[in-house]
Amino acid sequence: MAATTPPLQSAGDNEPFRVDGALTISRAATTEREIQAAPDPLTIDLSGVERMDTVGAWLIYRTVRDRDARVVGATPQAQSLLDQVAEFDHPARVRPEERPGVVRLFSELGEWVSESGRTLVGLLGFFGGTLIGFGNLIRRPRRFRWNAVVQRFDVVGIRALGIIGLMSFLIGVVIGQQGAVQLAQFGAESFTINLIGRITVRELGPLMTAIMVAGRSGSAFAAQLGTMKITEEIDAMRTIGVSPVEALVIPRVIASVIMMPLLAFWAMLMSLLGGGIFVWLFLEIPPLTYIQRLQEVIPITDLWIGLIKAPVFGLIIALAGCFQGMLVEGNSEEVGLRTTTAVVQAIFLVIVLDAVFAVFFSSIGWK
Amino acid sequence: MTDDEIVIRIRGLSNRFGEQVVHEGLDLDVRRGEILGVVGGSGTGKSVMMRSVIGLQTPAEGEVEVLGENMVGRNEDEAKNIRRRWGILFQNGALFSTLTVAENIEVPIHEYFPFLSPSLVDEIASYKLAMGGLSPDAGPKFPSELSGGMVKRAGLARALALDPELLFLDEPTAGLDPIAAAAFDELILSLQQRLELTVFLITHDLDTLYAICDRVAVLADRKVIAVGTIPELLALDHPWIQEYFNGPRGRAAANSSEEPARV
Ligand SMILES: Nc1ncnc2c1ncn2[C@@H]1O[C@H](COP(=O)(O)OP(=O)(O)OP(=O)(O)O)[C@@H](O)[C@H]1O
Ligand SMILES: [Mg+2]
Repeated sequence: MAATTPPLQSAGDNEPFRVDGALTISRAATTEREIQAAPDPLTIDLSGVERMDTVGAWLIYRTVRDRDARVVGATPQAQSLLDQVAEFDHPARVRPEERPGVVRLFSELGEWVSESGRTLVGLLGFFGGTLIGFGNLIRRPRRFRWNAVVQRFDVVGIRALGIIGLMSFLIGVVIGQQGAVQLAQFGAESFTINLIGRITVRELGPLMTAIMVAGRSGSAFAAQLGTMKITEEIDAMRTIGVSPVEALVIPRVIASVIMMPLLAFWAMLMSLLGGGIFVWLFLEIPPLTYIQRLQEVIPITDLWIGLIKAPVFGLIIALAGCFQGMLVEGNSEEVGLRTTTAVVQAIFLVIVLDAVFAVFFSSIGWK
Repeated sequence: MTDDEIVIRIRGLSNRFGEQVVHEGLDLDVRRGEILGVVGGSGTGKSVMMRSVIGLQTPAEGEVEVLGENMVGRNEDEAKNIRRRWGILFQNGALFSTLTVAENIEVPIHEYFPFLSPSLVDEIASYKLAMGGLSPDAGPKFPSELSGGMVKRAGLARALALDPELLFLDEPTAGLDPIAAAAFDELILSLQQRLELTVFLITHDLDTLYAICDRVAVLADRKVIAVGTIPELLALDHPWIQEYFNGPRGRAAANSSEEPARV
């Protein structure tokens, strides 16, 4: 088809702009350019049009509207399409209004600060709400959802055994190997056992387990609750009279708090196993000696420290996951963002608390 | 009826979910330029039938032809040409939740016509929005900020984005107030006449059936048991059909329509 732009004659007396063949969306880019190039005053001749859709009609209509063009040769059908798009001419915004650059920079910075503040306060408030929920449950224990808790035990605990075990085993091997290399410089390879024993039981067991649980379960909590929020399942629960805190949050919190020390203990054992196998194979320390030495070098307080920290980490992970999930509003992207935030927040708080614990325990003499 | 006048041809369609048989040996033809209403009780498989026609559900058996092309077992590239020529309104809207309403409408335009100028695309989105019956301030809203009826209208506007030849509507008037529903019917009828659309319309709304449908297909017992104009269907003595059109609601709709059916 292609409408050829007619040569300019004298102002006010242009040849009509002819459109032939298809005046449709597939030709819209070209047609738009050609109409733009045609000089005013413009007459558009539609007598050669074979097919026309609303986009074509819109192009013609808006030229008539903005440039006072005249249309000739429109078939009744084309005319009716032109009338129709005219009827629907209500300019609308496509995106919500945006503020100018500098203003946006400052306002986003401000929003970020106040959002961070609110998140921290909100997390504390959420913790309070969960405690109140616990209180209610203790007063009416028959409302307690054993099924939900047991199911969470399975998902949070049992199914994590494999991956946490493997990870811890490998960490044990790595600590053994690195320790042996460094300590060999002082001829103190046998102290590798002290290193493996104390660092895994006291620090790495609970910490690595917490990181893995945050990645596995904290994220799942946030995504589950967030999706339920979007599909209005949580609203439906509330209107039926089921408290989402009781039904969703408390089972997850209990499951994490109970499972974390068990998983951490499992992680410690597997790390010790990994380290033991390393020292057996490469330092030729037999397993029995290894176990004996472990008993001598690991004070029992190390085990307590590890097992006291673990449930606290579990609490933080579950709270952060559920809290972020309940904050989801609107769309699916929000679920992703909140899930990420839940994991980042959980790991960050776990590490901060780990530092606090380290200071606390050494100040009470558990060195 | 020559072949190219049949826009959708379904032959021997069977659909199963595990043990449950939804369709068995279902046949249906949709002719060019008609508005075909599809009715049937809840759960009889209207939405599943639509999903198999548009290629979202691979049927257990049978053939589906849309616009002359076989839809079963074809590859993505071939299917693209067909997808440009239809518009689909899902039962629950299925808007993209991270995009505004206007951006939702722009998605198919960007996909198939990436070279259009952004300002033209925005203008197209605006008038499609109006065409769907939404006011301009709905444009920058996100789907989570819409009412149920607005979601339907936004879905319709997106379905109309590419001026389709073929429009699939799954219960478009469910959840609209009666005035809006009547306006919706009008809108579909006027679009159908001006753009020579073929419309595959699933509905429970008797007023819609009387007001705009050229023919009605009745889905029951896992197949299409009858297709025809409403008077033709009324002449059959299938119990479900009789109850459907001659129940209290059916009669009210018949009386209020311009051409009262013989009751
Ligand atoms: N993905 C699926 N998996 C299993 N069963 C399904 C699935 N989708 C639909 N069904 C079943 O197929 C049957 C038909 O469902 P369909 O959604 O087509 O009903 P419908 O006729 O559209 O009903 P309504 O009028 O309520 O929308 C139902 O019994 C439903 O349970
Ligand atoms: Mg349905």
